[in-house]
Amino acid sequence: MEHTRKRLAKCEEGITYLCQIKEGSDWGNLSGLTSKLEGLKNSFYDYSEEQFSDEVSQLEESLTFLTERCQEDISPMDRVRIVRSPLRFSLKDILENVYEDYTELGGEGEANIDPAMVVAKANILRRVKNRVFTQQVMVIGHEKGHGEEYRNGGSSKPWGNEKALRFMQVAETEGIPIHCYIFTPGAFPVEEYPGAAQQIARNLYAMAKLRVPIVSIISEGGSGGAEAIGLSDLRLMFSHGYYSVISPEGAAAIEGRVKDGLKAPKELVEQCAEHLKITAEDNLELGTIDRIVEEPPLGAKHDDFAFFKKLRYEMMRATDEVVLRTKSLRAFRAYELKLKKSDDDDSTMEVDADTTIHIDINWELNADERKRLIALRAKKYREMASKAYCSETNRFNDFWNSACTKTAKVYYTITYDILKRQQKQVEKVIKEVSGEGSSFLKRLTAPFSAAYDFVVHKPAGRGIVRQSSPSPRQEALALEFGDTYTSPLANEDRTITCPNSLKSGCKDLWIPDLYGEFCGVCENCGHHFPLEYKWYLNNLFDRDSIQEFNKKIGAGNPLNHPILRKKLQPVKNETKRESANITFQAKVMDVDLIVTMLYSDFRNGTVGAAEGEKFVRACELAKLQRKPLLAYVHTTGGIRIQEGTMGVIQMPKCTVAVRDYVDAGGLYIVVYDNNSYAGPVASFLGCSFYQFAIRSSRIGFAGHRVIRDTTGQDIPPDYHSARNALKRGHIHGIWDRRDFRRNLHQALMTMGGRNLYYR
Amino acid sequence: MHDDIDFDQILNQYRSDPFEYIDVRTSHTGLLQFRAKEEDVVEGVTGEWQHIKGTLLFELERERNIKPVHSSVIGVVSSIERSLEGKFVEAGETVMTIRHPLKKREIIERILKNVLSIFPAPERAKYFFAMDIQSRIDKHGQRSISIKPNDEILTMSLMKRDTPVSYQGAPGIIHSVYFEPGQTIDQGQPLLGICSEDTLPLIQKIIARVKAEWD
Repeated sequence: MEHTRKRLAKCEEGITYLCQIKEGSDWGNLSGLTSKLEGLKNSFYDYSEEQFSDEVSQLEESLTFLTERCQEDISPMDRVRIVRSPLRFSLKDILENVYEDYTELGGEGEANIDPAMVVAKANILRRVKNRVFTQQVMVIGHEKGHGEEYRNGGSSKPWGNEKALRFMQVAETEGIPIHCYIFTPGAFPVEEYPGAAQQIARNLYAMAKLRVPIVSIISEGGSGGAEAIGLSDLRLMFSHGYYSVISPEGAAAIEGRVKDGLKAPKELVEQCAEHLKITAEDNLELGTIDRIVEEPPLGAKHDDFAFFKKLRYEMMRATDEVVLRTKSLRAFRAYELKLKKSDDDDSTMEVDADTTIHIDINWELNADERKRLIALRAKKYREMASKAYCSETNRFNDFWNSACTKTAKVYYTITYDILKRQQKQVEKVIKEVSGEGSSFLKRLTAPFSAAYDFVVHKPAGRGIVRQSSPSPRQEALALEFGDTYTSPLANEDRTITCPNSLKSGCKDLWIPDLYGEFCGVCENCGHHFPLEYKWYLNNLFDRDSIQEFNKKIGAGNPLNHPILRKKLQPVKNETKRESANITFQAKVMDVDLIVTMLYSDFRNGTVGAAEGEKFVRACELAKLQRKPLLAYVHTTGGIRIQEGTMGVIQMPKCTVAVRDYVDAGGLYIVVYDNNSYAGPVASFLGCSFYQFAIRSSRIGFAGHRVIRDTTGQDIPPDYHSARNALKRGHIHGIWDRRDFRRNLHQALMTMGGRNLYYR
Repeated sequence: MHDDIDFDQILNQYRSDPFEYIDVRTSHTGLLQFRAKEEDVVEGVTGEWQHIKGTLLFELERERNIKPVHSSVIGVVSSIERSLEGKFVEAGETVMTIRHPLKKREIIERILKNVLSIFPAPERAKYFFAMDIQSRIDKHGQRSISIKPNDEILTMSLMKRDTPVSYQGAPGIIHSVYFEPGQTIDQGQPLLGICSEDTLPLIQKIIARVKAEWD
């Protein structure tokens, strides 16, 4: 009877699980099953053992039938509910069942810097020819807990991500691979140090060049929170997981313009989940993941031990694959692994398949292999989302561009790497010799000059060093600022009230004065009114120095999203531009630089595949031409939601590119203006060593509403202000718009030095 | 001091008319358009950081710049100068009156303002009670501390330097403390409310009555 009771309990669990997935018992015959279950529970002692067993068998059959039906027409939103179910396996289950043993690092349970982020050093066993090998790995991942509130649903706080980064560096020191398990609905959006966005950016920047194999696997991949530990050499995904730019509820709230405090309609949420292409199959097709790890029907639960066995095999195989790619001698082992992979593909659903690897692969890498690993990682991300934007492909153009790039490469290599290096060496030797010579001469002449100084009286002030005055050309260039372009906003004959008028007593401003002479700045309190991006193009850079490149790369609609279908072309026509990112070469007070500029007019400066590609190409050009790179963010609203994970993937893609540029010796400066939020700040912008902001701008990870919905707390109105970002150490200075040109030049000279390309 | 004040009269006054009548004036010249009506209930500034504006009362247009004016207090619009609707008005002109219902706390504060002598902060600094005063407060409570002019009652901590602060004013006992030790207080902000010893029972009686009688 005890065994039957257990079966009944299992049925109850199954029915509850189905009710959770289908949000109630209205679907199929769920209500019938629920009432039958209740009946059986209430009349437990009325049946004989045999009768009761038969009844339970019938219930099991019906449940299996319903489960199969549910699996057949499973919707993306069903998958979202599956990963959010408390019955689903979590990282702790994986640590217990996939790894031999483990020690949690950086806290335990509730006594933890961030219980949502779990780090553990674990051992994994490999059996080869009856011999057992233990291999160490660093396991990092989000822990949702099975209903444990302090886990925060796997929403990791900035200090949790910082913990993850700290132990990634430990793994790097020890030379052991990292396994990342992503179970997060998104990062906890608080700006307090180290800051949600800035910490994710730091993680991405570090992971781009981490010298150990990284394998990540996604169960719930919520945008930036997922990327914080998601940049890896091989990206896997559970078959019932989801990976998305935003939660379907969040997307529905934006699309449906749902008022604060209200919920989006269920149908709209379902529709958004469908449009965002969040499932494992969709992501595999889009190329954002490498492989799918199959789960049992309706997803694995915390007690699916066969699934854990399969997962252990998958993680080992993935790590082997990454390691083998870096080895020069790998042909046979790689073939064996490939052969095994194809065998498994034929029996994907059978978790009982042979899940052991009979080859021995050492996970330690030597220096050359590490270099290859990083190069392969960079290549992998460079190629991501390469078909998700529009560009004019023409064989002749392609050939011409490739020829130009190659010639430029040769030219710059000769100029900088050969001639300049030689020149530098010669200059260095001359400097050393002349320094030695002058010291020697000084020793010889010292007694004579002392006697001379004693006899001839020194005029006062001889020792004062005169400050060098700016050259006439520099002065002329400085004066030129503001003479050429006046904002069209100034063509309105009315006054405007400064938002600080009540606090600072600012008088009303006459618009032609404000947007003309005052450059959009309140003359009393210094509040900066927003100005269009063209004002900066005309006033920040030297006259006629702007040369735009990659103009033809245009935003596409990779997911065929209905909103983009409707709105993309009109915005292109209106702005006469193809994307929200303008990349160009320009000069500031005679200093050459490459600029990438996100601007507000084009879908609020959101970043999609085209914008990311243009950013990467700007990095590559800056690296090639040895020029400093400026990212001026006029406005960015984050990742373009309608491009789904094609947008999210721009975060690691661009960060890898910019890391490559900085490591090659480049100087990367970011200047924020107006509003800069979410993904870009949490990746390729936030990772810059030198970040500045224009006064009255706002910088952050998530807006007020998202913070309130996630944390349950209200935030002050100036939470995202540049001044607060400065206080938190996220930026290094606040510039007045009128001094932008001068400050930028100064920053280039201070941070970059005489040669600007500083190493 | 209490001889000059007729508490019954004050209480009766608040009882018969527990409102404050706030005149809303124009901040500058302009064309006036009312957005609220007589007897409309208006909300004041709210939110943890006083960031949610009150109800829109009227709009003032000057040089094609329409400036909305919101209510700063909660209450009811008791009167509106309808004759000014759509007209050009001068700065400082009263355009409407809001009847603001006084809360228990506000009434007590107003009464206390009349009877307590306030000791303000001489500098923007952090303030602490002098050691002996603090120990007496800990032992017997603040209302048992009687002070007289030139007593060293506070320590002003400014830039890590402590300066004793002497009391200047009429002798009495500490009735109200308006600062938290260690918190920075702006210059001129009230630190202490002092009352003479014989006034204290009367004040306590009035506070108790207000607390009991007002909703």
